[in-house]
Amino acid sequence: MALALACLLVILSIASLFVGVIDLSWPALWSDPGALELLVVSRAPRTIAVIISGGALAVSGAIMQMLVRNRFVEPMTAGTGQGAALGILLVTLFAPGASLLVKMVLASLTALAASAGFLAIVQRLPPTQPLLVALVGLIYGGILGAAVTVIAYQADLLQYVEIWMNGEFSGVLQGRYELLWLVALVAALAYLAADQFAIIGMGRTASINLGLNYSQTMVLGLLAISIVTALTVVTVGLIPFVGLVVPNIIARLAGDNLRRSLPLTAMTGAALVLLCDILGRLIRYPYEIPVGTVFGVVGALLFLWLLHGPKRHVS
Amino acid sequence: MYPKRLWWLLAVLCLCIALYLGLGARGNWGFVLSFRANKLIALLLVAISVSTATVLFQTITRNHILTPSVMGFDALYLLTLTMLIFVLGGQSFTQLPEITQFIVNTLLLMGAALALFGTLLRRGGHDLFRMILTGIIFAGLFRSVTSFLQRIIDPNEFMVVQANSFARFGRVDAELLTLAAALTGAALFAAWRMRHRLDVLSLGDESAINLGEAPKSGMFQVLVLVSILVSVSTALVGPMAFLGLLVVSVARQITPVMSHRILLPSAGLISAITLVGGQMVLERALQSTMPLIVIVDVLGGLVFLTLLLRRKPR
Repeated sequence: MALALACLLVILSIASLFVGVIDLSWPALWSDPGALELLVVSRAPRTIAVIISGGALAVSGAIMQMLVRNRFVEPMTAGTGQGAALGILLVTLFAPGASLLVKMVLASLTALAASAGFLAIVQRLPPTQPLLVALVGLIYGGILGAAVTVIAYQADLLQYVEIWMNGEFSGVLQGRYELLWLVALVAALAYLAADQFAIIGMGRTASINLGLNYSQTMVLGLLAISIVTALTVVTVGLIPFVGLVVPNIIARLAGDNLRRSLPLTAMTGAALVLLCDILGRLIRYPYEIPVGTVFGVVGALLFLWLLHGPKRHVS
Repeated sequence: MYPKRLWWLLAVLCLCIALYLGLGARGNWGFVLSFRANKLIALLLVAISVSTATVLFQTITRNHILTPSVMGFDALYLLTLTMLIFVLGGQSFTQLPEITQFIVNTLLLMGAALALFGTLLRRGGHDLFRMILTGIIFAGLFRSVTSFLQRIIDPNEFMVVQANSFARFGRVDAELLTLAAALTGAALFAAWRMRHRLDVLSLGDESAINLGEAPKSGMFQVLVLVSILVSVSTALVGPMAFLGLLVVSVARQITPVMSHRILLPSAGLISAITLVGGQMVLERALQSTMPLIVIVDVLGGLVFLTLLLRRKPR
């Protein structure tokens, strides 16, 4: 399965390199310096950005589902993404001249606070109601999002905010996506702790019995998802449902052994977002539809299928 | 005891209305009043439609945390509107007389809503959270498809969609207002006539059948009324996710009875106080142009969250 996924990813990446408003053909790459420049400056960065954010979002979704012990949550809908947006908004308001690094750190901190808040609420919910957790997460994220709107409206920044509230890759060029390499790094580091996250998914008592430092691993996981989410929101915006549907599908196909399933999750996430991005570029050629919108449709349908589809042991 | 509270609410509402109309009015009184009166009527219409729709919806679902908007009703309205413009083209859409537009739109919405919520309610009646979650995801799906369609249709037609779906309280068309008032009036009258049957329906299918009420047809009639009320309010001011939930749960605190004879007017009055009073404070006291709905949605969202969290697991 891993091999098939990798092949699919390669095919989609190549397709992504050659889809766009300006015609780019294989032979032109060797003869026309302009074509090569287009590839290096625009097409390749975009493709890389899509692969990294798709993969990392799927991974952070899988980790969050382990931390919260619930299959129906993900950072982008349960407050982390909205928390990051709130952070960026606050920096823009109070320190418009702040460097990118400051913006990043602050967005990650607010994202962390938002996800910690969600965790605190979830721990007070009855464990027998998995869907209630998802519902509370959606509403919690919605309230944070509405708060962002209120502040942005007061400060006349509504249009500015719209950019992060709906993710898209059309603005990605060389020099404007490099933060995402950091995202890839964090996701890769998180993979090193995959076993710990898999254990934490079995619950507090089981984790402690197995000799795991429960709270330390919890903090580690929260940090990882917050940084991944915040940096993705800073660079490309909110892309909902990736972290929700991909880990679910992979768990159905390959089980919960994260060390084995996380690479599959990452590849599937990357491939799915890439596919949606290519679709968004083709449907209304030469105009583009943001990937957040395309994935909003695809992801919602997949989620409905997960919710009502054939019964498996998901909870 | 409770009817007395209704009178109190009415008094508060009258105070809000007086303040709204009178506060800070300078210059030509006739002009100011007619301008503000238009907005006031729109506010009242929307307030009462939303609260009534919510009460009706909660009655047939027999649940106090559901509202049509949480279940994606108004997102569905925007979707049908956009689809209609997409299929017909903006030109021929605007050439339709306003009444026809409205009726076609409402009929489409009713069809879609009956199909969707009918199946949802029948299939998921016992699994509340699954049903709400489905509703919310559907709402998101409708919103994505709507913005998707709005991206594909050409800019001129997009203007038509915008003009039709996001009228705020600020600019409400007088002609549309008359039509909306007539439709809402009829729907509200029908709901009021149903009040005793609603009491019976809220007891549950079996009791309703025993008391000589057919739950299926009752549910159908209620859904029709809800779709009229929701589409009128959405057409006038755009989607409002949590207003209904907020005001109806407040109404259940102030007049804690099951009887719709009390509940319907009480929810309507509280809703009107919220909108007129809130708008008065925002516009006159804070001098802000901020849409009230955004604030109401934050508050309503918090209420929804507490209602969910306070629910005892069964």
